[in-house]
Amino acid sequence: MADQPVLEVRDLSVEYRTARGVVRAVDGISFSVPKGAILGLVGESGCGKPTVARSITGVLHQSARIAGGELLLHGRDLVSGPPKAWLDARWREISFVPQSAMNSLDPVYRIGSQIEEVLIHRGGKTRAEARARASALFEMVGLNPGRLDEYPHQFSGGMRQRVAIALALALNPSLVIADEPVTALDVIVQRQILDVIRDLQRRLSLSMILVTHDISVVAYLCDQVVVMYAGRVVESGSTRDVLEQPRHPYTMGLTNAFPDLESAAHDLVPIEGSPPDLSQSLVGCRFQPRCPFSLPVCISDDPRTEVAETGARFACHRHADSERLRRQSRDIATWQRPQ
Amino acid sequence: MTSAQTSAHPLVAANGLTKRFAAPRRLSDMFSGQRPHVYAVDGIDLCIGKGESVGLLGESGCGKTTTGRLLLKLTEPSAGSIAFDGVAIDTLKGDDLTAFRKRAQLVFQNPFDALNPRFTIERVLAEPLVNTGVERASHRDKVEKALAQVRLPPLSRFEGLFPHQLSGGQLQRIVLARALVLEPDFIVADEPVSMLDVSVRAGVLNVMREVRATLGLAALYISHDLALVRYVCSTTLVMYLGKIVEQGPTADLLKTPLHPYTRALVNAVPVPRVDQSHAALPIIGNVSDARGQPRGCRFRDRCPMAVARCAAEEPLLRDLGQGRRVACHLA
Repeated sequence: MADQPVLEVRDLSVEYRTARGVVRAVDGISFSVPKGAILGLVGESGCGKPTVARSITGVLHQSARIAGGELLLHGRDLVSGPPKAWLDARWREISFVPQSAMNSLDPVYRIGSQIEEVLIHRGGKTRAEARARASALFEMVGLNPGRLDEYPHQFSGGMRQRVAIALALALNPSLVIADEPVTALDVIVQRQILDVIRDLQRRLSLSMILVTHDISVVAYLCDQVVVMYAGRVVESGSTRDVLEQPRHPYTMGLTNAFPDLESAAHDLVPIEGSPPDLSQSLVGCRFQPRCPFSLPVCISDDPRTEVAETGARFACHRHADSERLRRQSRDIATWQRPQ
Repeated sequence: MTSAQTSAHPLVAANGLTKRFAAPRRLSDMFSGQRPHVYAVDGIDLCIGKGESVGLLGESGCGKTTTGRLLLKLTEPSAGSIAFDGVAIDTLKGDDLTAFRKRAQLVFQNPFDALNPRFTIERVLAEPLVNTGVERASHRDKVEKALAQVRLPPLSRFEGLFPHQLSGGQLQRIVLARALVLEPDFIVADEPVSMLDVSVRAGVLNVMREVRATLGLAALYISHDLALVRYVCSTTLVMYLGKIVEQGPTADLLKTPLHPYTRALVNAVPVPRVDQSHAALPIIGNVSDARGQPRGCRFRDRCPMAVARCAAEEPLLRDLGQGRRVACHLA
């Protein structure tokens, strides 16, 4: 029997109350994070990625609530369990690396004391232990412990992102959630941070969820990938399987829309249109209005999740044709439609 | 003859272009009486031919945005000169300046901020025509034409719509259309797609490539995104701390980078394929301080190959033939 996953998300739904009514930003998604793996959560803005990340950490916005489903951490459900259990798990079991480390560090406290604060108050360490651990954490992420007494403004963007990673690792959590950890950074710094994450994941056999919009980052770092579209999971599986043999037209579109250094001669293939408005009630496949392969059934019925022989899961009515669609999806004419 | 470097009369030619800003003074500067400067752009030459699209690549803080602003006369150089279509732009005034503004336009980075939220799309697009005194009767035609160029016709679909009612991809194309409505000869596009989602980014890039080809527009694309530059630019310049360190035809430059910095940039970019190299980057540390004008090569403290000469002598941009130039003693 395989190891129990660190986290299992089962049929999770999250709703926001807004002026225009209830918006179901996440609608019945399921996936699991195996032990020691990095799982990439991809999709475009507005598809619900950050909401998923925030619901797992249990820090949703006030206007949001978990409308259904389970979040099983080591097999125990956080949603139905006592709130204290979730609170206790935060930072100790599940930690978070924010997108913008610039804004997540307090500008008026020394960086070292911000790390020690977590270690003392959440980790129950003494001041001396905390100091030693902070030094060790700095070394782990490639920072000089001699700079623990500096302030955030003395650090560059990449260094602050390293601090954010060190903070997330402070209490040896079993799951780290990173929300676009490299998006705001320059290419070289971005690569350095990706390498830090990769190295730590190997050494500490960390389990991670990496939220990103960048397929290249997923290809570089992730073992598993979950592709979201309009609050649903459209495809998931091993990174190799999903990126090399996408079975959902949206994933096909995403992989074709990416400019690539080596194959720049051909035209990029855009996906026309934009994601649906989630405050409306939606029938049928959510990608249907943008999908060049849609059939009448796609308008009327929700596609069921199919499981491929490789273990990849995908939700598309045209699952039997995926090989042919994949070929057609590389042609720009397939995606062009009258405006 | 395709290279702008050899053509007699390029559209944009900059020589020894320099822009320095006063740096915040430190306590030690006050004691020593120094007034430190940051050289955002430090004596660069560049040349853009008619209809040529040039990419300017570099990390934040390397001076690429300042270069773009200098070329459009949105900021004045501290030294050096810029000629646009053979005429120096530093002394332009009045009608001549307006004429220049009509011919050289800027495409902004963030489409969500670049448009006045209280203007309808039609007014947004007509505004440049009003400001430059183009006769009113022709406005509608010109706006329609610009919308067709960015593949968003007709104007009637935007009747009474405001920017917030459009998607990001549409907005960025409106921003581009606004620059095109004056029928410019030259545009500077500063990170034109960095705010957009992948699925719509491809559409905007295709439009840019098409516009360049059909209108014969010269363009400077400022970006940190190698793939974008590869996709839309025939020539690419790589900037590091205010200097151009390498230039050449884009495909060659990215395939066989000669400067160690370009090599690091190219190696740093993950590709959307599962089998890719995870080799360590050939670069150390972070971008160093841009204050002052250090002796020697500015990249040397991060360069894995640096030798004594790199500290003593500044490498100049050398011509290596086939349009390629590099500023490195070892290349």
